[in-house]
Amino acid sequence: MLLSHWRRHPMQLATLLVGLIAATALWSGVQALNQQARASYDRAAATFGGARTAMLVGRDRAAVSQDLFVDLRRAGWPVSPMLEGRVPIGGRTIRLLGIEPVTLPVEASATAEVGKGGVQAFITPPGQTLISPETLADLGLMEGATPAIGDALKLPPLRVQPQLVQGVLVVDIGIAQTLLKMPGQISRLLIGKANGPRAPLEQVTGNQLRQVEPDAETDLERLTDSFHLNLTAFGLLSFVVGLFIVNSAIGLGFEQRLPMLRTLRACGVSARLLNTVLLVELVSIAVVAGLIGLVCGYFIAASLLPDVAASLRGLYGATIPGQLTPKPEWWLAGLAISVLGALAAATSSLLKAVRLPLLAAAQPYAWQQAQSRWLTLQGALAAIVLTGAAGVLLLGDSLIAGFVVLAALLIGAALALPVILGLVLALGERSTRRPLTKWFWADSRLQLSGLSLALMALLLALAVNVGVGTMVESFSRTFTGWLDGRLAAEIYLNASSEQQAVEIKRWLKPRPEVKAVLPGSRTDVQLSGLPVEVLGFADHATYRQQWPLLEATSDAWDRVRSGDAAFISEQLSRRLKLGVGDRLEVPALSGNWQLQIVGIYADYGNPKGQLGVNIDALVNRFPAISQTRMGLRVQPADVPALIAAIQQQFGLDGRNLADQATVKAESLRIFNRTFAVTAALNAFTLGVAGVALLTSLLTLSNSRLPQLAPLWAIGITRRRLAGIELLKTLSVALITALLALPLGLAVAWCLIAVVNVKAFGWRLPFNVFPLQLIQLLGVAMLASLLAALLPIVKLLRMQPAKLVKVFADER
Amino acid sequence: MLTVRHLTKSYRSAQEQVAVLRGVDLDVAAGESVALTGESGSGKSTLLHLIAGLDQADGGDITLENVVTTGLPDAARAALRRDRLGLVFQQFNLIPSLNVADNLAFQSRIAGRHDAVWQDELVERLGLAALLKRYPEQLSGGQQQRVAIGRALASKPLLLLADEPTGNLDEETADSVLSLARDLVARTGCGFLMVTHSARLAATLDRQVQLHAGLIR
Repeated sequence: MLLSHWRRHPMQLATLLVGLIAATALWSGVQALNQQARASYDRAAATFGGARTAMLVGRDRAAVSQDLFVDLRRAGWPVSPMLEGRVPIGGRTIRLLGIEPVTLPVEASATAEVGKGGVQAFITPPGQTLISPETLADLGLMEGATPAIGDALKLPPLRVQPQLVQGVLVVDIGIAQTLLKMPGQISRLLIGKANGPRAPLEQVTGNQLRQVEPDAETDLERLTDSFHLNLTAFGLLSFVVGLFIVNSAIGLGFEQRLPMLRTLRACGVSARLLNTVLLVELVSIAVVAGLIGLVCGYFIAASLLPDVAASLRGLYGATIPGQLTPKPEWWLAGLAISVLGALAAATSSLLKAVRLPLLAAAQPYAWQQAQSRWLTLQGALAAIVLTGAAGVLLLGDSLIAGFVVLAALLIGAALALPVILGLVLALGERSTRRPLTKWFWADSRLQLSGLSLALMALLLALAVNVGVGTMVESFSRTFTGWLDGRLAAEIYLNASSEQQAVEIKRWLKPRPEVKAVLPGSRTDVQLSGLPVEVLGFADHATYRQQWPLLEATSDAWDRVRSGDAAFISEQLSRRLKLGVGDRLEVPALSGNWQLQIVGIYADYGNPKGQLGVNIDALVNRFPAISQTRMGLRVQPADVPALIAAIQQQFGLDGRNLADQATVKAESLRIFNRTFAVTAALNAFTLGVAGVALLTSLLTLSNSRLPQLAPLWAIGITRRRLAGIELLKTLSVALITALLALPLGLAVAWCLIAVVNVKAFGWRLPFNVFPLQLIQLLGVAMLASLLAALLPIVKLLRMQPAKLVKVFADER
Repeated sequence: MLTVRHLTKSYRSAQEQVAVLRGVDLDVAAGESVALTGESGSGKSTLLHLIAGLDQADGGDITLENVVTTGLPDAARAALRRDRLGLVFQQFNLIPSLNVADNLAFQSRIAGRHDAVWQDELVERLGLAALLKRYPEQLSGGQQQRVAIGRALASKPLLLLADEPTGNLDEETADSVLSLARDLVARTGCGFLMVTHSARLAATLDRQVQLHAGLIR
């Protein structure tokens, strides 16, 4: 009997399902992406002794003698040696791991994999290089190839290992020692879990080694936490907006079934039975919608995965595979969230059902008094939440605090929205004596309680859109300007060897179109446990004029040229809490390099911290550094001919020789992909808010006939009534959208000044883009128009007989 | 003032066509009050709705002050209701978002016929002075119906049409409300056509007309 309601109101059932499906799909989709990425980090951490394995390392993390391995094994330590370094392949450097498969701990997960191909084949000449399919594709190589790594050295034949993490090559440790020119040396010793009598570490190795315990959370996880928190926040927002639709559909269904519920109660059905049946009905619908939502969520996640992978690679250098493999618990969690969401959205209706009196009572208060009490309470709540946000903003100093401020700001503003709308509408009502205009404002106020959830959803979706849009646009503008500064040379090339680099420079010297050759070089070091890139550049007007310095001393460039000063990237300066004038020590082969910081520069999107130093000073301190990179200043018109000539003369391909425009386009492509996920989630959220508005308006339109029919009877045509109804919806939507603009800018400021700084280490200049705001306002109004159109068309096409029914006593 | 001739109306119900009015003839003179009675389903409300222009007849004519209203387009029928008719329904059908004062003045203002003196008199006669700031849901049934009558008469219509105006009221309140309505109708000189089930209330009007099986008996 209760189910017959849905048969008679299929649109209502569809709305309920759409709300639950949208909420579950967006939430589960985002969770699938997070789960996929986390599984990938875990794999990276667990494979071949990552952060999940206990290990012994040198006191300053430098390489140690292989003899220590022998000593420790003899002393009962279940250790396995590992050597790590980087090798150049095709103009890139790739991480090379040397392992000893026989002693490798089982929990480091490699033995079984190596075992499949045979340990014998792995360790006996020519050996094997294990490589992930993604890395093989990135390098453009085939399985079985033996790529050269310079100085007449070659890697053993490549062998694809599907479970291997990206960006890593694995060889036998003996081969690695040869390839890395580190004979008899090891980087660390992995400790197996085998328990047995063992001598104390100091007794065996003195103070040469220290034990590092496994991390519960890897560096990558810590770094990417903000990204996943961001995704989760979006998922949660979409989920909440979806629940607004569910709440509105369930509320309407309940109101329409009230007489039936009363009749059933009057016929002797117990309240307990009735409530149980309502609950079972709701849970059944939630399970069905949850299953459909999960399938949709899977497809959403699968479609977003390439962009998420690009974002994570671009922002943090993290690699996640392109194949989505959700775990069983993801399906269960999705179903649970659908059921819990439905129950949360139905709470007020279910409570009403529990307390349902058998007889309908008269309204004790006028709608205005009831609304006034509701708005006062909501206003007080909004004030408390917003005060809380201000407090956390002033006192908090973490990424979580940043997100708390954002959440509190959005919730506080959403709670305040009906209060502000109520005030504006009351003001409008008071300002006129014209009957229809007065009714316009008064009736909008009357509708406020029914529309407020949908308008809150619209406010949240719009504000987040404005906030994220402003941040992305700020980033885009800043990034473009920054690229112009960082990519000042017209051509970038990377010679295949130092000898070729020398030949190229000699060949370029007499060419009149080449205005300058700007050599560049870089090396990796560790500062306070953080991986840092030291970038060497020439002292040239190009850099002096265009380097994106945020802050510097007046003699900064002269100081850098002298070799005892450096520029520091913004994120590294924040991480190390170093400013202009501070000093730092860079570990170099000839001892620590004392550098004074004379400037801070923007280095957006780089997961690593960076130091900029004079190239001659860098080569002095790191004589073994590769000097194959250079930038060429050339008249733009001469670029294509010069590139063709270099290609012909030296055989460099597109990966090692590129013009500025290509590099910029590639950087911008990566940048755009980085924010594609945000844009997609933004669009989803706005879409769901639009559907929430549509369902609320449809819900209201069903109950508005008794309010509109008297006006029609008094002599206002359906066309005019429809026009007024449309204008009313658009008016409240416009007020909401106008309020969303400053809120969105506050969100943008919070993202730029608080969240980004904590998450990435850099702060963007805050800009307002009026055109973007106008565009979004237009989109909001269009969404509202589309949402309002269906109920309006229904009203326009309504037969007089249906309106007359309102007055008929035989209803 | 009101002339109805050979009026017919039928509805499609399930698979069959049901003839509700089968050639109704009716006249109401200015200042005359007429009670329209009949059993449930006899077509009383349908006749009232057709006269009010809320619905369209299948055949026949309705003439109000020499203007044939049958066949008028939607907008013209709306103007007719706004400018020349006053409507009162059993369910009161007040505008919930407006208070009593605004409800009372609504029709007269949109018709451009607002008369503050007449409205004050209506307020006084209907005993609404203390209720002007209240909203419909704060009023009793009798109070709401008094507001509805006031709204309908505020624009000084040619004809007041009332569909079971006392159907939701107790006997005492019904008598008082109808008595007020009769007095005010007499004061304005407009015609008054009231649908009612109650023979007792019908007897208080100038004339009674009974509708039976879609025809005036």
